Amino acid sequence: MRASRPKAAVAAIAVAALAVAGCAESDRDDTSGGSKKDVLVFGVAGDPKVLDPSFASDGESLRVARQVFETLVRPEEGGTKVTPGLAESWTPDAAGTTWTFKLRSGVKFHDGTDFNAEAVCVNFNRWYNAKGLMQSPDVTAYWQDVMGGFAKNESPELGESLFKSCTAKDATTVDLAFTRVSSKVPAALMLPSFSIHSPKALEQYDASNVGGTAEDIKYPEYATAHPTGTGPFKFKSWDVANKTLTLERNEDYAGNKAKLKTLIFKTISEENARKQALRSGDIQGYDLVGPADVDPLKNEGFNVLTRPAFNILYLAINQKGNPKLADIKVRQAIAHALNRQALVDSKLPPGAKVALNFFPDTVEGWNGEVTNYDYNPEKAKQLLAEAGASNLSLRFHYPTEVTRPYMPSPKDIFELLSADLKAVGINVQPIPLKWSPDYLNATTSGAKHDLHFLGWTGDYGDGYNFIGTFFDRQKDEWGFNNPALFAQFKDADSTADPAARVEKYKALNKAIMDFLPGVPVSHSPPAIVFGKDVTGIKASPLTDERYATAEFKS
Amino acid sequence: MFRFIVRRLLQLIPTLFGLSLLLFIWLRRLPGGPETAILGERGTPEMRAQIRRSMGLDEPILVQYGRFVRRLIRLDLGTSTSTKRSVVTEFLERFPGTVELSITAMVIAVGIGIPLGYLAARRRGRLLDHLSVGGSLIGICIPVFFLAFVLKAIFAENLGWFPSSGRQDPTLGATRITNFFVLDGLMTREWDAAADALWHLVLPGIALASIPLAIIVRITRASVLEVLNEDFVRTAEAKGLTERTVRGRHVLRNSMLPVVTSIGLQTGLLLSGAVLTETVFAFSGIGAFVAEAIGQRDYPVLMGFILIIAVVYVLVNLLVDLSYSFIDPRVRVR
Repeated sequence: MRASRPKAAVAAIAVAALAVAGCAESDRDDTSGGSKKDVLVFGVAGDPKVLDPSFASDGESLRVARQVFETLVRPEEGGTKVTPGLAESWTPDAAGTTWTFKLRSGVKFHDGTDFNAEAVCVNFNRWYNAKGLMQSPDVTAYWQDVMGGFAKNESPELGESLFKSCTAKDATTVDLAFTRVSSKVPAALMLPSFSIHSPKALEQYDASNVGGTAEDIKYPEYATAHPTGTGPFKFKSWDVANKTLTLERNEDYAGNKAKLKTLIFKTISEENARKQALRSGDIQGYDLVGPADVDPLKNEGFNVLTRPAFNILYLAINQKGNPKLADIKVRQAIAHALNRQALVDSKLPPGAKVALNFFPDTVEGWNGEVTNYDYNPEKAKQLLAEAGASNLSLRFHYPTEVTRPYMPSPKDIFELLSADLKAVGINVQPIPLKWSPDYLNATTSGAKHDLHFLGWTGDYGDGYNFIGTFFDRQKDEWGFNNPALFAQFKDADSTADPAARVEKYKALNKAIMDFLPGVPVSHSPPAIVFGKDVTGIKASPLTDERYATAEFKS
Repeated sequence: MFRFIVRRLLQLIPTLFGLSLLLFIWLRRLPGGPETAILGERGTPEMRAQIRRSMGLDEPILVQYGRFVRRLIRLDLGTSTSTKRSVVTEFLERFPGTVELSITAMVIAVGIGIPLGYLAARRRGRLLDHLSVGGSLIGICIPVFFLAFVLKAIFAENLGWFPSSGRQDPTLGATRITNFFVLDGLMTREWDAAADALWHLVLPGIALASIPLAIIVRITRASVLEVLNEDFVRTAEAKGLTERTVRGRHVLRNSMLPVVTSIGLQTGLLLSGAVLTETVFAFSGIGAFVAEAIGQRDYPVLMGFILIIAVVYVLVNLLVDLSYSFIDPRVRVR
């Protein structure tokens, strides 16, 4: 008798399943499952872009790099001060242009080779001598941001390199020479993009060979599969198909070994999905906690850590597109019109503060003596009348579909600020735009944006990284030209003595708040959460959390 | 039959050409480009200009399109501007996830939809009929992402029966061969890994199945009702054939043509539906990848995705057309 079709189909599937079963070798090692108590799965918002931090500028790549690599100097745990990393100490010469770093001894790279002064020079020379596509701002963003250029610049947009040369004086002493005094040294060297790689691995996997064509940049194998540093964790695997990246403990680490055996970063792009995954036990921690979730998660017993605020949300005023805004009285009126305290109290996470300067008070150079524009609608109206701008109409841009650490809910912020402006008689024309790329394009180029808000999270603990980025040259975002202010910036940046530079930052903060190119609004502390039984991690304002100290409560 | 298949495959060429040209121009007409997404708030106009130039985005659109077509002929879809990896590699790693999810959804939709639609028709006007018609209306109306969210909140977050995200528990350290995780688990005899992958498919599979399930129930019901009134059914019953033979051989089979057509169309739509479901479940497939690519203005990934959808759509519908002659021998493909 002939089998019916459904029966035949079921039989065929069963035969096929039997045929494939066991036809390939398992490469799973018996310990890979391990005890769940020494495996931490941490939820992140996006896949890392690349594993060589020299080519990275996105937070997720840098998070991985911070566990696998180390830098010459690093931020203090939970703070922003420059503390020893691979270098034990550092001193500038009298001119402030050559810095001598004394290195730790007995440190080994993950491939077993020795870390020494020679290795430091190989790394700096690799970045400095970058050629071809490695000079694209898309590839070496942080090197270009800090150093400004290369040994041989291939693009007219690049400037003279701040870095000049590296000399290994002996195995544990290295001199880094710079072309001028800069506020960036040594603080910027704590950026993960200045991580020290194994010279042997760099050569073996052709790490500087950024290939492809201008349109199709292709990273070398090193950057996708063989990152080799000195950090407490070693790279194990990157499973793109399962959106996970696995690190394992470096058993030969020179310092205190990691308590976790395995650290897994799992990409869950949606914020709510990360929260659900934590609650259901899929993950034991995640970053970018929504401000509204901080208290509920705490109440449920989760370990919510609040990072010290290291960011700024500001309202930018563009002086080019609307001549009225070039009048200081109008800008002062806008500042007095805003009830920033109400915004902080109602829309920002617990611990947020109204900003007095364009950088937070955790950074040296913050100045409490600057002109403060308190909430005073009557004064705002009066200033507008004096400036002959009582019928002012402004195009107010705000972003949609985005949350940033400094800006949890842009639309709510817009609504509060625009209501304040309307209350003093300013006619607000709302222009909502999609964050990327429309909003960023519209607000940082051209002159059609009268008001918009934007912000910044600091890269390292130096004030220039905030105010220098915003105001040290003419920019379309603000649309003003103030040569005296620009000169003041240049002077501060080239001051070698740290104490003297801090004083100059204070003066700059005063000058900025008098000139009032925009209104600093707030500093918000972003939160990171861990499972109820995870301890040992200290929140860092620079997002430099060290997972090596994490452990499960027994 | 062979000529039919070849002709249908050849039709793909002008379809893909037209589609790609349209899309290419349309994508580049959108304000902003990948350079802003890459640089974020850190970009200056000079840096953006340099990236545009280095990516060749400052050249005339037709020159860029010409370069795209030349590469496409070599089956090279270019490099993702956001991940810097080859688009083909990205898709090969992520496509299996979407295929596993789509198959799961289709198995659920067909496995429940056809019997339910059939039973509803047989018991027309009774409780089961009302329930299935009402239920399918709800299935069509509820947005997929909302259903996905509710399923997760109840069955993953509160009850803890199913995982809430991903394709497999990463702590299992499963071996990867084809990136079809269930298949890989079977091939390597890592039974726990295969079971875990299947377990991860349940909730997103149900969410994704909701719309096709509802449509299949409705079409099956309508089609069965129509066939039940046909003369040949009455004749078969009058001849004294058993109810089982009448149902299986005459009613069900004859009502399947519109259902199969709809399954074909639904399969294509599943790929687009996967964009939402995969995002909510952090499921690594091309859907979630494309959702990110839209925000990043990642032109090569978007072009590749649409072209792949077009190819899958044409192939699935070719299979549907071929299946007509299997279901109804009177239909001949020519």
